[in-house]
Amino acid sequence: MKIAVCIKQVPNREWQPRLDDAKTWIREADAAFEMNEPDAYALEEALRLKELHGGEVVVCSAGPSRVAQVIREALARGADRAIHVEDDGLASADAFVTSNALAGAMKDEQFDLVLTGLQSDDQGFAQVGVILAEKLGLPHATIIMEVKAEGGTLRVKRELEGGWFQWVAMPLPAVLTIQSGINQLRYATLKGIMAAKKKEIKKAAAPAGSTPKQKIVAMYTPEKGKKTQIIAGTPAEAAKELVRKLREEARVL
Amino acid sequence: MILVIAEQQTGKLNRATWETIVGAQQMAAAADIVVLVPGTNTSGVAGELAGAGVKEVVTLEHAALEAYTPDGFTAALQDAIGQLKPDYVLLPHTYQTRDFAPKLAARLDRALITDVTAVKKGSELAFVRPMFQGKLTADVVPQGTGPHFVTFQIGAYRVDQVAKGSAPAGVRALTVNVDAAAIRQKPEAPFQQAKQAVDLSQAERIVSVGRGIKEQANIHVAEELARAIGAEIAASRPICDAGWLPMERQVGSSGQTVAPKLYLALGISGAIQHLVGMKGANTIVAINKDADAPIFEVADYGIVGDLFEVVPAIIEAVKS
Repeated sequence: MKIAVCIKQVPNREWQPRLDDAKTWIREADAAFEMNEPDAYALEEALRLKELHGGEVVVCSAGPSRVAQVIREALARGADRAIHVEDDGLASADAFVTSNALAGAMKDEQFDLVLTGLQSDDQGFAQVGVILAEKLGLPHATIIMEVKAEGGTLRVKRELEGGWFQWVAMPLPAVLTIQSGINQLRYATLKGIMAAKKKEIKKAAAPAGSTPKQKIVAMYTPEKGKKTQIIAGTPAEAAKELVRKLREEARVL
Repeated sequence: MILVIAEQQTGKLNRATWETIVGAQQMAAAADIVVLVPGTNTSGVAGELAGAGVKEVVTLEHAALEAYTPDGFTAALQDAIGQLKPDYVLLPHTYQTRDFAPKLAARLDRALITDVTAVKKGSELAFVRPMFQGKLTADVVPQGTGPHFVTFQIGAYRVDQVAKGSAPAGVRALTVNVDAAAIRQKPEAPFQQAKQAVDLSQAERIVSVGRGIKEQANIHVAEELARAIGAEIAASRPICDAGWLPMERQVGSSGQTVAPKLYLALGISGAIQHLVGMKGANTIVAINKDADAPIFEVADYGIVGDLFEVVPAIIEAVKS
C-alpha cells in the first residue's frame, strides 16, 4: 500500500505568542516549531499500516524551508521518502492554498491512502484533509480512531460527539483525517535518525495563481469574557485564600 | 440572504443549530434569514425551527440523506445552494459539519471560515476565531465571491439568545437531485464504546487534570484533592489518550459535557475542545504555571503556580 501522510510544522506548545508589527500574524523568528500533534498520530498510523500490509510511506508537507525539520523527524521515525512543497508564502496560508499546494504535488503519485491530522494546532481550520480529498477526487472520512484496510476496501471508525462512534466503509484510494490518541506514538531511534539522512526529499514548487480565500485583518490576545480573580502569594497563602473564597464567596465548598 | 443549515438526526434537532441562528440574527434582519433542514423526517424539526425569527424554513428531504454521508450531503447542499443563492451559509461547528463543509466549500470554490465565536460589523463583516490553540484571536474576512461559508463554535452564542418570530415562519420543501449510487461512504449505525459507568454530568464538584500533571504517577495528587472536597475526578483528552485515566472520565467535545457547581482545572491549558465541555460550570478554578493559558479566560479564580505545590496546600487548607 502506498500511503501519503500530510504533516504540518506548528509552533510548539510552550511557545508564548508574540505578534508581528502589522499585528496580523505571529513573529515567526521568536517561535520554536514542532510536528503538529494530530499529524504525528497520522504518521504513526501510516507506519503501522505499512508494517501490516507492506508498501511505502511518503511524507508530504507544504511550508517554508524551516519545515524540513519535521520532514527529517518523520523520515527518522520510519517514513520512506518525502515531498516538500516549499514556499515562504505557505507559512501563514489558508486551508485552500495549503490544500492546492499539496494536491498539486501529490496528484501524480497515485497514493492508495492519504492520512493527515484532523486539524492543526496553529490556525486550526480542520479543513485541509477534506479539501484535499475533493481536489484529488477521493472519498474521505474525518476524526478517525481506527483504520482497517483489507482487499481494496477501507473500514474506519469515526469518532462522533459525546462518546459515540460509527464504522464507515469506502473504497480505496481514500483520504482520512486522524484523531489524536488513535495509537501510541513511537520515537525516532538513533538508527532511524542516521537512515533519514540518506532518504529522498523531493522539492516541489507551489502552484501559481492559488489565491487565498480568507484574510486575517487583525490578531490579538483574547479578550477576557470573565473577570478572573488571580490569587497571588505563596502556594500556602494562595491556597488558603482560594479555599476561603470558595467557601464564603462562591459557596461551593 | 443568510442560509443556516440545521443539523438533525432522525428527527432530533442538534441544539447547536439554535446558536447558529443567533449568529445569523447578529448579521441580518429576520427577513433575510432562511433555515435549511436536510435529512429525512424533517417536519417536526422544521416546525420547531419555524418559531425562530427567520423568513422561512426550507426542508430538504431525500432518501439518500437518511444516514449522513459527506458525499450525499455535499451533492444535496450544492444543489440547494444553487437554487436558493444565499450570500452566506452558516453552520454549527459540529463533527458532522467538519466532515462535509470543507468539501462543499471546495466544490463551489468558496471561502470557509471555521470555529467562529463572534461577528464584527464594520465596513465589511469580520469573523472572530481562535488561533494557536486559543492563545491568540483573529478577525478574518472572507475573500472572493459569495456565498461565504462560516461555522460557529459550539457555545459561541446561547440558545436563549434566539429572537423568536411574532408568528411561526413558513415551511416549504425543496427538491434536489442526489445520485445515491455516487455516494462512496457506507456508514453503519452509531454506537457507544462502553456503557458510561461514570455520569460526570451529575457531579456537583469535579477535579480535572491536564498535561500539567506530567506523568501517571502524579494522578494521585489530584485524587487526594478530589477526596478532600468530595469531587469526581476527570481529565482532558491527552490524559485519557495516554491511558492515565479511563476514557469515560474525559471532559470535552469528544467526552462528557459537565456543569458542576465547582470545576477545578489542574494543569489544563484550556484547548477549545476541552472548554466546550466544562464552561457551563458554575464556578471554575484554574491552577496552571502558564499565566497566559486560555483556561484563565473562563476561570472565576486562578492561581498561577506549580500545581504540585499548590494542590497539597489546598488539601491542607480544606482540612483545617
